[in-house]
Amino acid sequence: MDEEVKSPAPPPPPEGEQKPTAEKPAAAAPAKPAAPPKPAAPAKPAGPVPVPWTSPLVEKYRSQYGSGLEAQTYLGQNYLTVDRSLIPDILRLLRDEEQFDYCVDVTAAHYPKREKQFDVIWILYSFPRNERMRVKTQIADGASIPSSVSIWPTANWLEREVYDMFGIKFDGHPDLKRILLPDGWKGYPLRKDYGILQQDQEWVQINLGIESGQ
Amino acid sequence: MTDRLNEVSRLDLETAEKPYLDSNELIINMGPRHPATHGVLRVILKLDGERVLGTECVIGYLHRGVEKIAENRTYTMFNPYVDRMDYCAAVSNGLGYCEAVEKLMNVEAPPRAQYIRVILTELNRIASHQLWLGTHALDIGAMTPLFYTFRDREEILKIFERYCGARLTTHAFRIGGCQYETYAGFEKDVTNFLTFFAPKIDEYETLLTTNRIWLERTKNVGVISAADAIALGVTGPVLRASGVKWDLRKAQPYANYSKFDFEIPVGTNGDTYDRYLVRMAEMRQSMRIVEQAVNGIPEGPIMGKVPKVIKPPVGEIYHSIEAPKGELGFFIVSDGSTQPYRLRVRPPSFVNLQALDIMVRGLLVADVVAVIGTIDIVLGEVDR
Repeated sequence: MDEEVKSPAPPPPPEGEQKPTAEKPAAAAPAKPAAPPKPAAPAKPAGPVPVPWTSPLVEKYRSQYGSGLEAQTYLGQNYLTVDRSLIPDILRLLRDEEQFDYCVDVTAAHYPKREKQFDVIWILYSFPRNERMRVKTQIADGASIPSSVSIWPTANWLEREVYDMFGIKFDGHPDLKRILLPDGWKGYPLRKDYGILQQDQEWVQINLGIESGQ
Repeated sequence: MTDRLNEVSRLDLETAEKPYLDSNELIINMGPRHPATHGVLRVILKLDGERVLGTECVIGYLHRGVEKIAENRTYTMFNPYVDRMDYCAAVSNGLGYCEAVEKLMNVEAPPRAQYIRVILTELNRIASHQLWLGTHALDIGAMTPLFYTFRDREEILKIFERYCGARLTTHAFRIGGCQYETYAGFEKDVTNFLTFFAPKIDEYETLLTTNRIWLERTKNVGVISAADAIALGVTGPVLRASGVKWDLRKAQPYANYSKFDFEIPVGTNGDTYDRYLVRMAEMRQSMRIVEQAVNGIPEGPIMGKVPKVIKPPVGEIYHSIEAPKGELGFFIVSDGSTQPYRLRVRPPSFVNLQALDIMVRGLLVADVVAVIGTIDIVLGEVDR
């Protein structure tokens, strides 16, 4: 689906032709007032763009799940953007059938201007294949997402951290509670609307007995 | 298998229906200021007599919001912050971060910078393992290794100090290469260190490897199987001691590690003793790498062609390196501005610490101390 936007200013053109490099110089000129040294210039205006990722793995799941799944490669790193509804199934298949036995990381990113505000990202690695990939999905604020702890036990703390920092709830997580911040803390610090100096004043005053932590 | 692992950190601490203390089980608190927790780690232990039934880690005491800070600093300004995560291996953190940004910008450090990076990173691996050995042995009750390792670590820190002025939080690398050219006599200092240090490892080993008390305290203590280690995402020496021959320097070479000849030491039992042996062997392998690097260091520039203002194109990248404690990854989302839109650190200590629960179940309280030591955590990195 062309709705797949990977960050606020989406560079990836609709998949198909990734080589509209013709208008590159025109776009470059007004964009940069202070042009740094030359070598960066050709890479910067257009930048590398994600290209479709083709592999037997992708073909297999594309035929199975169709439009709910998009496979791309950026700078040699492969990632699947999948519909939220596919989430527990596709992760389980990746572990069971494709040998992605090591869940490197579970993390998220917040895009407040988007309708579905959050990207949840699994970074996976396969020991037998020596291969990495990422699985991304988008969810709205307040929506929950199935937990992957039953697939990779390591996701336990990682999902707790995502919950702690972004407030994303993982359904079926055995013990979803804050991990780095204190239990009673209010607010989710890695959301974009949470200021860098912001803190839970009430918590600080009650628990630390000081006016402010600043 | 996963059901058992999923029980990790689920202590039934509810007090309403269940009495906190009953005749069989006892819940006690270890830390956060305990001499053997290597910082501010609090472990809640559920005990049956002296046997550990389960644990729960309470972390976050050192949380500084590194990932939030990253979003509010430019790529260049954030560089020193990464040193403050795993402060025992600041050079490795810097390497991981700089390489991640370089990858995002599609630039590469010149060969000479790569060699300097490898030399310093491997020296830092040795220093990190020395610190681990000294404190780990001290926890178990052997005091002498601490003095030996700190004495020898000093020589590495001196090299760092002469190179960049700092001993611990070195900020040695810059995006695109290195800030500083090596000082006059750098190669000689490094070579001298190698000749100085080779017999010192033997000295450590004389103290411990066949020491009866050391064997009693570490053999078959904190065992983790290869399958459990993989399922729990454990990396680094802990994974290798369980028999998984996996090291990112070989599996997915970064910097210029593919140029060097070295082995990946592995263990068989996955116990505390094997992890000790693996790290000792790793120090020797690091010395091999440093030796090859210092002999092959080429002339040339130390800084690649990067613009003064670092503005990576829009995109996302994950890059990870083999830090002394395991896989250290940086996941960076760029929106094309001078600041990362999102920067995620995948900390090895944090993920490895999660395995503590499975490793200490059924052991004695005194072994918990040994197992915390053997995982080799740095709370600055766990909490970030």
